Amino acid sequence: MSTPAGSARDGAARDGAARDGAARDGARPRVFIVDDHGLFRAGVRSELGDEVDVVGEADDVEPAITRIAECQPDVVLLDVHLPGGGGQAVVTAIRASHPGVRFLALSASGAPEDVIAVIRSGARGYVTKTISGGDLVDAVRRVAAGDSVFSPRLAGFVLDAFAALPAAADGSPSFDPELDQLTPREREVLRLIARGYTYREIARELFISVKTVESHVSSVLRKLQLSTRHQLTRWANERRLT
Amino acid sequence: MAAQALWRDDGCVQETGSSAPQPSAPRRGRIRGRWRRGPRGSGPLRRSPDDRLAGGVAAGLASRTGFDVTVVRFAFVLAALASGAGVAFYVLAWLLVPAAGQQASIASKAVTDRRGIALAAGLSSLLIVVLLIASVLRAGWLGTLAWPPVLISVAGLVLIWRNAPADEQATMRRLAEPLLSLPRGARRSASRNVLRGCVAIALLCGGLFALLAGHPSHAALRPLGGLALVIAAIMLMLGPWWLCIARDLITERQARIRAEERAEMAARVHDSVLQTLALIQRRSADPQQVIQLARAQERELRSWLFDDRPPGSLDGSGLTLAAGVRLIEQEVEAQYGVAVEAITVGDCAVEENLSALLAAAREATVNAVKWSGAQVVSVFAEVEPAEVSVFVRDRGQGFDPDAVPGDRKGLAESVHGRMARRGGSAIIRSVRGEGTEVTLTMPRAAGERQPSRA
Repeated sequence: MSTPAGSARDGAARDGAARDGAARDGARPRVFIVDDHGLFRAGVRSELGDEVDVVGEADDVEPAITRIAECQPDVVLLDVHLPGGGGQAVVTAIRASHPGVRFLALSASGAPEDVIAVIRSGARGYVTKTISGGDLVDAVRRVAAGDSVFSPRLAGFVLDAFAALPAAADGSPSFDPELDQLTPREREVLRLIARGYTYREIARELFISVKTVESHVSSVLRKLQLSTRHQLTRWANERRLT
Repeated sequence: MAAQALWRDDGCVQETGSSAPQPSAPRRGRIRGRWRRGPRGSGPLRRSPDDRLAGGVAAGLASRTGFDVTVVRFAFVLAALASGAGVAFYVLAWLLVPAAGQQASIASKAVTDRRGIALAAGLSSLLIVVLLIASVLRAGWLGTLAWPPVLISVAGLVLIWRNAPADEQATMRRLAEPLLSLPRGARRSASRNVLRGCVAIALLCGGLFALLAGHPSHAALRPLGGLALVIAAIMLMLGPWWLCIARDLITERQARIRAEERAEMAARVHDSVLQTLALIQRRSADPQQVIQLARAQERELRSWLFDDRPPGSLDGSGLTLAAGVRLIEQEVEAQYGVAVEAITVGDCAVEENLSALLAAAREATVNAVKWSGAQVVSVFAEVEPAEVSVFVRDRGQGFDPDAVPGDRKGLAESVHGRMARRGGSAIIRSVRGEGTEVTLTMPRAAGERQPSRA
């Protein structure tokens, strides 16, 4: 599976890790896995291997909140679907008490409304469960370093969410052009991510630096999380209905 | 019903152990002895379920007042025969007086039984109509009958029937057995059918008589009353049968729906999951094929579970662009065993030029899968108001488009030619060692852009 996380190989993530103190063990971020399938947790654990330090696991919302608060990992790999509620419940609870913990969402279904909900509650990125081990390690590193991880699929969702409703400009009171619209550049970056480009390839394509690509992606993430417009919810609902 | 129960009640004098069926059978001396009043009970009035024939009201009253239970029952029967008030009083007491050892009366439970109340109200209104007709027709005793006791009795009995504890319901059922003509089992239904037939025939005769005797000088409602009686007769004859059929139909239908759902689910799981699992077992030596099978199966299952789209339901008619791209993804993956990651933004109906675009995109994807050597091919389709773009990208070995031999028609004909004929364009960028990207752009006829599906 090709994800922009693959672009971690271009060194950007390692730069980020060095820049940010989150990956305290140098190259070994501390990871916590939340998934209701034990088999999947074991698989992720073995795929991550020695590249990261897996400090704990949980299979549901309640135990996850307790154990994450105890372990205080750098990155939580979070399944979007949990029996005791959506993954966003975990994100919301932990971010209130431990803002330093970062979340990377994993999902098998890839249903956009669920993914967007977790991202909006504060996850730093989203990858599908079919991601390869190497790409997952890169994605974890990237998140630990404070960057965001947009899989092509998430880029597609975000483009769709922001493009589907130009009606937001029709003077609805909640409309805030700063937050509710993507700039043309951000749109371009997302399009390239969706087309399978790595950050470095995007940088080369658009004649900008990798750093600038990252800042565009982070800005999109911020808009996604801060935008109050109810159209995002409506968009998700419409997709569920169609 | 209650009157008859009390009638039997009086007849089966329990203390004597006599089973004499006639109410006049008890000997005089005994009756006289019974008039003597015994010790009065204490505490509030309670129905006595241990010594009951219907609701235990008479027994409760007897133990409370000190009169013999048979005397109380006899008084009830007399009151019932005289005006019907005895029945009404009995039913009200049954409803309002709690059974011994219990705090709540049936009425306290009945007030929350909305369906029971509705049923009682409906039956009462029906009775009012019947009594109205009867009084208009001055049809003998029916017309003279006091209305309130009848209404109270019927409504009360309905509520008791629905809300009484199980053992009291059983008693009611036993008492009502000869009258209730609802067929419950084939074995005992013959006598009931006879009884029901007799009542129905009597009603029918009465109704027909009223109809035939309908003379212009009589009240205009008279034929109507006859009609009502005829209808009542028909209902009585056929109603239980209808009820039975309807009940059987509902049960049978529910069972059938469940069975069908189960069968459909089993078929789906068999066609998809079980087949794939079998294939995986057979090809376990080839990891690439196992991965491919698992991927295809996962996708199919997901589209069924989350998008409610049965596998293989994508047909040409009503195909949207997103569905078309997904179809390409599934087919190419299944056929060539290389992962295709397709992402669509926006959606629209597939017009003629867009189906050409889809065909070109499919060809480009197949080309990438066959020649690039990449493990994954990305397909990104975006629907914009004026045009639709599809990007097919791989990270394979790349090639020099100008160096492609002339006899390979794939790109030239299937991609370039197809797009050009419909007014679109195809741009191929390829760098040796880095991969290839095919950009297909097709202008679209004016149409709504829909939000895409997952």
